[in-house]
Order: sequence, then structure tokens, then C-alpha cells
Amino acid sequence: MIAELGHYALVLALGLALIQSFVPILGARTQDPVLMGVAGTTALAQFLCVAIAFTALTICYVISDFTVANVFENSHSAMPLIYKITSVWGNHEGSMLLWVLILSLFGALVAIFGANLPLTLKANVLGVQSWVAAAFYLFILVTSNPFLRLPQAPFEGRDLNPILQDIGLAIHPPLLYLGYVGFSITFSFAIAALIEGKIDAAWARWVRPWTLAAWMCLTIGIAMGSYWAYYELGWGGWWFWDPVENASFMPWLAGTALLHSAVVMEKRNALKVWTILLAILAFSLSLIGTFLVRSGVLTSVHTFATDPTRGVFILAILATFIGGGLALYAWRAPTLKQGGLFAPISREGALIFNNLFLTAACATVFVGTLYPLALETLTGAKISVGAPFFNATFAPLFIPLLLAAPFGPLMAWKRGDLYGVAQRLLGAFAIAVIAIVVTFTIAEGGSVLAPFAIGLAFYVMAGALTDLVERTSLFRAPAAVSLTRARGLSRSAWGTALAHFGLGVTLLGIVFETQWGTERIAEMKPSQTLSIRGYDFTFAGIAQRDGPNYRELTAKFIVRNGDVVVGVLEPSKRSFSSRDTSTTEAALMTRGFSQFYLSLGDPKPDGSIAVRLYHKPLVLLIWLGAVVMMLGGALSLSDRRLRVGAPKPAKPKTALQPAE
Amino acid sequence: MTRKQRRLVLIGTCVGVLGLAAALVLSALNESIVFFNSPTDVVEKNVAPGVRIRLGGLVKPGSLVRGDNLLIRFDVTDGNREIKVIYQGIVPDLFREGQGVIAEGALSPEGTFRADTVLAKHDENYMPREVADALKKQGHWQDDYDKKSGAAGPAKPQ
Repeated sequence: MIAELGHYALVLALGLALIQSFVPILGARTQDPVLMGVAGTTALAQFLCVAIAFTALTICYVISDFTVANVFENSHSAMPLIYKITSVWGNHEGSMLLWVLILSLFGALVAIFGANLPLTLKANVLGVQSWVAAAFYLFILVTSNPFLRLPQAPFEGRDLNPILQDIGLAIHPPLLYLGYVGFSITFSFAIAALIEGKIDAAWARWVRPWTLAAWMCLTIGIAMGSYWAYYELGWGGWWFWDPVENASFMPWLAGTALLHSAVVMEKRNALKVWTILLAILAFSLSLIGTFLVRSGVLTSVHTFATDPTRGVFILAILATFIGGGLALYAWRAPTLKQGGLFAPISREGALIFNNLFLTAACATVFVGTLYPLALETLTGAKISVGAPFFNATFAPLFIPLLLAAPFGPLMAWKRGDLYGVAQRLLGAFAIAVIAIVVTFTIAEGGSVLAPFAIGLAFYVMAGALTDLVERTSLFRAPAAVSLTRARGLSRSAWGTALAHFGLGVTLLGIVFETQWGTERIAEMKPSQTLSIRGYDFTFAGIAQRDGPNYRELTAKFIVRNGDVVVGVLEPSKRSFSSRDTSTTEAALMTRGFSQFYLSLGDPKPDGSIAVRLYHKPLVLLIWLGAVVMMLGGALSLSDRRLRVGAPKPAKPKTALQPAE
Repeated sequence: MTRKQRRLVLIGTCVGVLGLAAALVLSALNESIVFFNSPTDVVEKNVAPGVRIRLGGLVKPGSLVRGDNLLIRFDVTDGNREIKVIYQGIVPDLFREGQGVIAEGALSPEGTFRADTVLAKHDENYMPREVADALKKQGHWQDDYDKKSGAAGPAKPQ
């Protein structure tokens, strides 16, 4: 009954979406406020329906209703409750339901917080948003219905893929989807602007909070996924340049570019046509990501099940929205008015520089991800494009970006002074040089370039703070004056500095981990000791344990630093009988920002076990930097300018809020 | 600067950066891609020793030998040809005899394949797509492999 209710609610959502696809846009054309007003109501109702559908599926999972095929295939009555809930989206059908849930959530948020939008724009945006929603509802109902019943109820479920039985599944996909799907709003805004043929600074101001919110979720979602892969897959890698990762990284790059170009549009009324294109591209890349991940053209942890009809259906959605969006763009964009004039050396110029390199970097990732697919289709040759390709293409394009990042915020609008900015960055340069010299002196091992990379990281961090120091006259004025100035500084200035600072933090973590990480692989007998970086890991024996739905082989290691026992690590291997698979659970020990990482290989009959031990210096900075970036975004989002719409400044109650 | 000059600077920079990106991509594609081969391909195409490739097939039942220091030897087969593989390190959780595997490395002059990376499937449903295709080509595909392709991912042991 519950499953049928969910199914029915989803069909209802499709009906509402179809209404919302046409009526408001018709209303906008005929300037009929009643027809336009329909959009708000249907958007809220749609969200309600999808929420009911999603709740229904969740209930089916929680009560382990194995008459529902989806529950049978992906759940097990012995699983802990949290995994029963997360397995709702740990499979294809359920994850698509989560996707549309978030899509309708964003629609509802526009309906609620979009009170300061012009009526026609709001109607058009919600209309376009509904096209996307309708396509995905249809996709779910036709090809991936999670509510299908089995004719005969099995006694027990087939369990969730063990790799997914982790708290990471509770966080990573929803955040990533908030990011992916968040770009649908910018897409809808862009298409609505093209339909209306009108776009101005106010438009950019309305779009920016949504872009920012989506970007924040995507940033943290990607970082979360990376950390999850790091500790769950058992060999200590945090980024694989796997096509599935790239699929989430490309929208991030495009979204980052969009954030920056929207600033130019908002402040200077320039780069309009380009911003619209980026908005379309960011969502297109999100759709391509969905296609790559869900269609089965790639095989990876994320490919739940392959069914050719699904691939074709998603491809059709992809072609419609990307093709349609770009066609509309080609047709309407030339009618948009060109914006203001500026010199190449200026804030605008710096932001264009940013956009240029970000999109170029995004393009290389795109080529690296899709080239193997294209080559296989055309010639049948199977190749793999791995880390060496991306290191050789992506890194050279990202270095100029990092070098330029501190310059941007210090440049004046319209006409900047490169020499003057460089002078103000002297402190940052000095810090970088010191970092390089110090690294050269103390570092052992690592590449010759490593000290320069460290220098670059410190330069980015110091450079990000330079803007704040300058603007608060820190060290030059009395502390009280600086404090008052710091209070007066706009939150978006703080946000920019923080986000750029986070970039440097991540870079620092990456350089340390890749250059000075150490690894030991050995076969150990009980009471043997393995040493790494002054820490001794003594193998104390193996124990068998029973988990709720698995059996676990746990090895105990006593960790000593000198004579002091600093901890016990218990990595394990779990075997899941219901799926006849096993997973390796690494054990981590955090020392400051560094980690020791211990994972198990195969045990031998004589009691010895293969062990992989890593020391990962400053590895936590990689993800911490992403968190800092996200916080920067959040600060920027809370800026008064964005909370309050451009034309009607006095309406704090109806302000745009972070969309989580 | 006039408007025209400004535009020229802008377009020049764009073309420059895109050119740079294209050059990087082309050179990297030349140097860092790895071709996938089944054992039959390796024999038929006369893959030269030292060339980095991915070798995919099934781990031949009964061929797996574990030595000291985590050294393992096994044969990769596509039902038609077999190639001996040597690997030192920890193999992924789902590395088993009779199951699909992809090994990355190069042939040594004497004809054994020295792998530095071994990827195996990640759950009971999944067969690496390349391996499945290679088996189909050799006519050794069994339908039960194909029941449900599911989750999988690279498990890189080193």
C-alpha cells in the first residue's frame, strides 16, 4: 500500500510538472498574472508529492518490505537502521528519486524565496525548471520505477553493496546531488533570460546565490566523496581521475567559472553572453555526469545496474536539454546587449583570465574522460586514460590560475595597476620564498619541484589574506581601527579571501601527501613490528567477530612512538555472505593533520597477514581546504547584497537563503 | 586602448590559452594512454616487451601461486590464449581464480607479464566490461556473468 502511494504521488508530480511546464510560460507571454501565479503553487505541490514518494520508499526500506523489488535487491533485514535508510539512494532507482526530490526542492525554494523576482522571470524560471523535472519523472516512471512489486515476496533481501554500507553514503550523494541539481536553477534562469531576451545586472544578482549554494554543496560533496574513497577502498588514494569523479569535477570547474563571471556581470554589467553560456554548460556537465554515471557506459562503484533503455533515455534527456539550451542560446544570445568597457588589466580582466583557464582545464578533463569512449565507438580500440594524462594537462593549466588568484581581488575595476598590485603582494611573495627555501633545506625526497609547489601554496594562502590585511589596514593602523574596518568589510570580501585561502590549504595537503607520503607493504606474523616515520606498529593477533550482517576478521596493532603506546589500530576484512563479497576496512590514526593508514591484505594459513601501512603527511588539509572553500562560499552567500534583491532593497523577510 | 584593440587582446589570449590546452592534451594523449588487450590480442598484435598495456581476462583456475614477500603468479586467459602474470603486492578483495581481472604493466622479454597494478571486480555481479567484451569475442562468454552488472571500481593495490 505504501509503495503504491509513493508511485501514485510520483505520477501526480509528473502531472503537476507538465502543468507547470506550460501554464506559467504562457502566462508570461500574455502577461497574465493568474497564469503566472500557478507556478508557485505547482512547484510547492510538486515538492510535496515527491517528498511523499521519497518517504514512502524510505518506509519500505525501514520496515524491510521485500515485496518491493527495489528493497529486495538492495537491503537486508539485519542491516543497521542507518544503512537501511541510506540504501534508499544506494541504488539506481532510489538515487534517481533523490535526484528529483532535490530538483523539486529547488523549485519550491525558488517559489518561496523568489518573492523579489519579477513575476515574468519567476514564471519562466519555474516553467523551465519543470521541463527538467518532467523529463526526469518520466525517466523514473518509465525505466526505473522503484515501487515495482515482486509477485512472490522473498524471505530475505540481497543486501546493499558492502562498499556502500558506510556512513559516507549518508552524506556524499545528497550533497553531490544538491550541487548537481542546484545548477538546474542557474540553467533555468539562463533559459528564462533567453526566452525573455532581457538580462541585466539584477539577473546576475538573483542567480548568484543559487549558483553559490549549488557550488558549496558540490565542493563539499566532492571532498566528502574523495575522503570516503580514501578510507573505504583500502589503498589510500584520494583522487583517481576516475571518469565518475571527473563527472562531478567538471560541473564544479564550470560552476566555479560561473561564480566568477557572474560577479563581473553583477558589478559591471559585462560578460552577459558568456555568463549565460556558462550557466547552460554547468548544468549540461551535470547532466553529462548523470549520463556517464547512470547509463552504464562506464563501470565503476557508481554504476548500479546497466539497462540499455535507461542509457538511451538519459541520452535523450541530455540531447534535448543541452542541444535545446545551446540552440536557444545561439538563436537569442546575439540579441542581448553588450556590456561595459574595460581594460585587459583590471578586475574584469582577472576574472576573464580565471574563466579562461578554468574552462580550458574543464575542457581537458572533458577530453580525457570522453576520449576513451569516443575512440572505442569509432575504432573499437580500448584504452584507459589515467592520472598521467590529467597530471600532464590539468596541472599546467591550473598553475596560472593559482598564481593569478591573489591578484584578482586586489585589482581595481575597469582599469587595474598590475605593478601596484604586485607591490602589495610583496609580503605574499616573501612568504612563498621563505617557504621554498625552508622546504629545500629540510625536505628529504620528493620531486625537485615540490618546494616550489609548497611556495605556491603559501603564496596563495598569504595572497588571499593580503586583501583583508590591506583593507583593514592591519599592522598600519591601530588595532581598534582595523577591527572596526574588519567589521565594516562586506561578507563577500571575507568569503572571497576564505575561499581562495582554502584553495591554498588544499594545494598544501596535496603536495605533502603526494611528495612525502610513505608506504610499507609487508607480510607480518604475530608480534612482528613494522616501522614508519618513527612509529612502530606491532601486530598483536587476529580475532574473528560477528557484525550485524557480516563476519569480520580483525587484526590488532599496537602503535608506539618510541616507548610510548599511542594507540591501537584494528583494521579488518569483512565478508558479507549475502553477496559473497568482502571489503577491507582500513584503520586510521590521526596525528595533527597527518594520518597513519593501515589496511589488510590476505591472511595466510600460518597466521601471517599481508599489511599495507601508509604515512600520509598533512593529508587532512586536502579536505579541510575544501571545507574552508565552502565556508567562504557560505560567508559570501550571507552577504547583505545577495540576501536582499537588487531592485527592492527593503525586504529582509523574503530574502534568499542558503538552499539547504 | 580602443575597443577594437581590447577585443583583439581578449581574443588573442583566448586563442592562446585554448591552443595551450589543445597542445597539452595532444601531447599527453600521445604519451600517457594505455591500451587494453586480451591475451589473444597480445599474441596476435605482437605487443612488444616494455610497452605499457592493460591485460584483461579471467584468472585461470588452478594457476594462482602465492610466493614469499607477497609475490603472486597467475595465468590470465580468455579461453583461447593464456599469459603468465607476475605481481608483487596486495591484490584487491575480489581477486579470485576463475574471476575477471585487469592487470596493468608490461611484458618482459621472456614473455611473462609483469603487472604493477591489479584491478579486480568489486562485487559478485560485476565483470570488467573490457574483459566481458574480450570473452565474448573469443566465444567463451557465459550468460551467468551477465545476470546483472553492478557496482565495481578500481582497487589499485599499489
